[in-house]
Amino acid sequence: MGSLFRSEEMALCQLFLQSESAYTCVSELGELGLVQFRDLNPDVNAFQRKFVNEVRRCDEMERKLRYLEREIRKDGIPVLDTGENPEAPMPREMIDLEATFEKLENELKEVNSNAEALKRNYLELTELKHILKKTQVFFDEREGSLESGGQTSLTQNLLPEDSKGPIQLGFVAGVILRERIPAFERMLWRACRGNVFLRQAEINDPLEDPATGEQVYKSVFIIFFQGDQLKMRVKKICEGFRATMYPCPEAPADRREMAMGVKTRLDDLSTVLSQTQDHRHRVLVSAARNIRAWMMKVWKIKSIYHTLNMFNLDVIQNGLIAECWIPVANLEDVQLALRRGTEKSGSLPAILNRLSTHEAPPTFHRTNKFTKAFQALIDAYGVATYREINPAPYTIITFPFLFAIMFGDVGHGIIMALFGGWMVWREKPLSAKKTDNEIWNIFFGGRYIILLMGMFSMYTGLIYNDIFSKALNIFGTSWHGNYNESTLLTNKELTLDPGNKEQYDQYPYPFGLDPVWQIALNKINFYNSYKMKISIIFGIIHMLFGVILSVWNHRFFNKPMNIYCEFIPQIIFLTCLFGYLVLLVFHKWVWYGAGGADSVSPNCAPSILITFINMVLMKGYQPTPEGDPCSPYMYAGQFGFQRFLVCVGLICVPWMLIAKPFILHRNNKRKLMMSQANGGEGVIEEGGGEAAAAAATEEVHDMGEIMIHQGIHTIEYVLGSVSHTASYLRLWALSLAHAQLSEVLWQMVLRVGLTAGGTGGVGGVVTYFIFAAWASLTIAILVLMEGLSAFLHTLRLHWVEFQSKFYGGGGYAFVPFAFETILEHAETAVTE
Amino acid sequence: MMKICGPKLSLCCTILSVWAIIQLGLMAIFFYVRSPAFIEDLKIDDHDHHDAEKFLKALDTSYSTIAVNCAISAGLYVVTLAVSGWQMWVNKNS
Repeated sequence: MGSLFRSEEMALCQLFLQSESAYTCVSELGELGLVQFRDLNPDVNAFQRKFVNEVRRCDEMERKLRYLEREIRKDGIPVLDTGENPEAPMPREMIDLEATFEKLENELKEVNSNAEALKRNYLELTELKHILKKTQVFFDEREGSLESGGQTSLTQNLLPEDSKGPIQLGFVAGVILRERIPAFERMLWRACRGNVFLRQAEINDPLEDPATGEQVYKSVFIIFFQGDQLKMRVKKICEGFRATMYPCPEAPADRREMAMGVKTRLDDLSTVLSQTQDHRHRVLVSAARNIRAWMMKVWKIKSIYHTLNMFNLDVIQNGLIAECWIPVANLEDVQLALRRGTEKSGSLPAILNRLSTHEAPPTFHRTNKFTKAFQALIDAYGVATYREINPAPYTIITFPFLFAIMFGDVGHGIIMALFGGWMVWREKPLSAKKTDNEIWNIFFGGRYIILLMGMFSMYTGLIYNDIFSKALNIFGTSWHGNYNESTLLTNKELTLDPGNKEQYDQYPYPFGLDPVWQIALNKINFYNSYKMKISIIFGIIHMLFGVILSVWNHRFFNKPMNIYCEFIPQIIFLTCLFGYLVLLVFHKWVWYGAGGADSVSPNCAPSILITFINMVLMKGYQPTPEGDPCSPYMYAGQFGFQRFLVCVGLICVPWMLIAKPFILHRNNKRKLMMSQANGGEGVIEEGGGEAAAAAATEEVHDMGEIMIHQGIHTIEYVLGSVSHTASYLRLWALSLAHAQLSEVLWQMVLRVGLTAGGTGGVGGVVTYFIFAAWASLTIAILVLMEGLSAFLHTLRLHWVEFQSKFYGGGGYAFVPFAFETILEHAETAVTE
Repeated sequence: MMKICGPKLSLCCTILSVWAIIQLGLMAIFFYVRSPAFIEDLKIDDHDHHDAEKFLKALDTSYSTIAVNCAISAGLYVVTLAVSGWQMWVNKNS
């Protein structure tokens, strides 16, 4: 478990790869996923690198595959995800892949363009068919009106008398979008001054637009007019409105013949079209079977070449040189992977060479699915400095616990635990179902946290004896109301005396709070004092723990000075002032109570807050007034002891502030004198090279800088102790607010539902509906909103109050080159 | 095979009714055994507060009324559970 306690030991390694085996080696390392490569040519831009062409080819392949995938999705063909993980293909296979994709793309493009042309043709023919069918009606009408003679027709009357027989009217027939009809009609009327005659009929079935694939509604129109000029004008208007005009023979026989021809051609076309569709479908189905694997292969090749681009060229030996971070524990695995890679390509073995460096290595915490979420909470604040104490393992317990102090309610805890438990139980199927729903992903990622938070809330709920603002009387309450009838009738409020054996059993409820408090009028006063005190106690324990953890940091980084000059005064300061406060709380709890002597009765208990303020402000001795049994002090010698503690605490402040800079200053001076004695260079020369120079610069710091740094550090700690202690009071505030809110919800909603309906079926129905409302409000407000706010406050308590005591968080994360993560990223990018 | 509500609504109703059956069932029992935890949830008229006998009687009636009401609505939730469970089954199969 050392790996969770602090981050993994990392080694900077140099890797000599033969150019033939470089590809296979990197591919093996990608499968392994434990190596972080460093970019050795950061100044070279992307276009000047060695494997630009390969990366470009991969991009091209990716584009083609995307196109294929889009087409597959358009046809609604399910993409087979077998979950298999094909190995990165050898470089020579790339050409095959390229050829395959090229062929597929071309085939698909051809099919598509053919299909489009066919569809356009088909559309034209259908339109023509409709025109012939609809215009037939118009022509029939015209002929009918001619046969029936001129008397009934209005137009006939307006025509000059001498013109006998049908007038030679020209006409234009076509199809237009239905929504354009009104404008079209108006335009025709105005431009031709009412001298044209427009008839139109709607085509009932929607037609497919071949360009966009949308379904559009169109209408058939036919325009009658006289003379060539009008004809020109009408045609221009038609063109302007994007109407398609079709030649329509005048003679009925021709029209019939044409209709027949159109019909046969349509039949032919539809068979051809369906065959084209079938072909396209076949192509896509066969592509869909492989597209996942192809995509993965291409992504892998691309990432390998990207990595190879980061390497240096070794011109003399015809090889590549890489630098990478490897966890020391995995050096063997990496060696094995490299051997596999060279065996595959059959060239000389790769050489792995460990380098020594002064650069800070990346931080790598090996996590599992359970610790991952907690580590993520810590990393969100700042990635740990290399090999620093990692707060995550403690967070696993403290996080749900501090959360539960604020969220203490058995009912809400059960709901939360059930939700978390369900996600944990259905882990595999749920994680297989990839979704880009961000909220769900957050919940699912934190499923173990949610489960733990729910279970801890159930525990604290039992301690608070609170379930949906009701109490459970499991062990039998210790309080009994034994007032007689007349007392009950005459008093509005009655007090139970804890000193009275009849009213209080003299032993507390065995577990948690006594259920009687839930229906007591002074419940809030009691809870306030209790919850405030426990939040201070837990807060100070939490902070003390953080300070103690810093010892492991100082010892590990071999800074004994920090233990003597920082840790010891810090812990003395904290225990002398705030640790003593906790002791006072316990003392008051134990010492004062009903049923004892007057001097330890509840009335005499001094306020801890006042006592503490007086102590810190160094207020003088307060004598007990004559005849008063109550003393302002809780035990003998308290005044002197407190004075002593304050003095010790105050001494710690200059200790923290001065000691370290002073010792550093003295050391510097001594070193300077020694180096002068050695002729100025002796000490630095000894180690030789960069290492000694770096060490020397680290030692000889600017004194002013050290003073300022130490000053800030001290002020931060001293003021922080006060403000952080106060900050833990949020535990009290939120838990009280949560309990009150849940009680208000019960009173305002569910109680109304229980009492409003009265007897008979009505009450049951009212309860039925009100319960649903109460349940949804409980989920929305109490579990979701309050849960979120309690979560955020807990997060803050960990990030600020706890981690500020020992955690630097100045590292950077280890991002290994791993196919797994690369594929995951690529896939989410595609689904988006 | 009639589909009334979608998969989400039927799931939501199923969960709600399971919760309601458990809670309302327990509450019915607690009210039936005159649990003092629910003493503030009773319906007692103001004028009954001044006479001990009347008060006790009102207390008793309110306890049993609410117990019955809880039981009735728990029963209604059993019906809801059946309907939503059936709808879930329909949604699953379609």
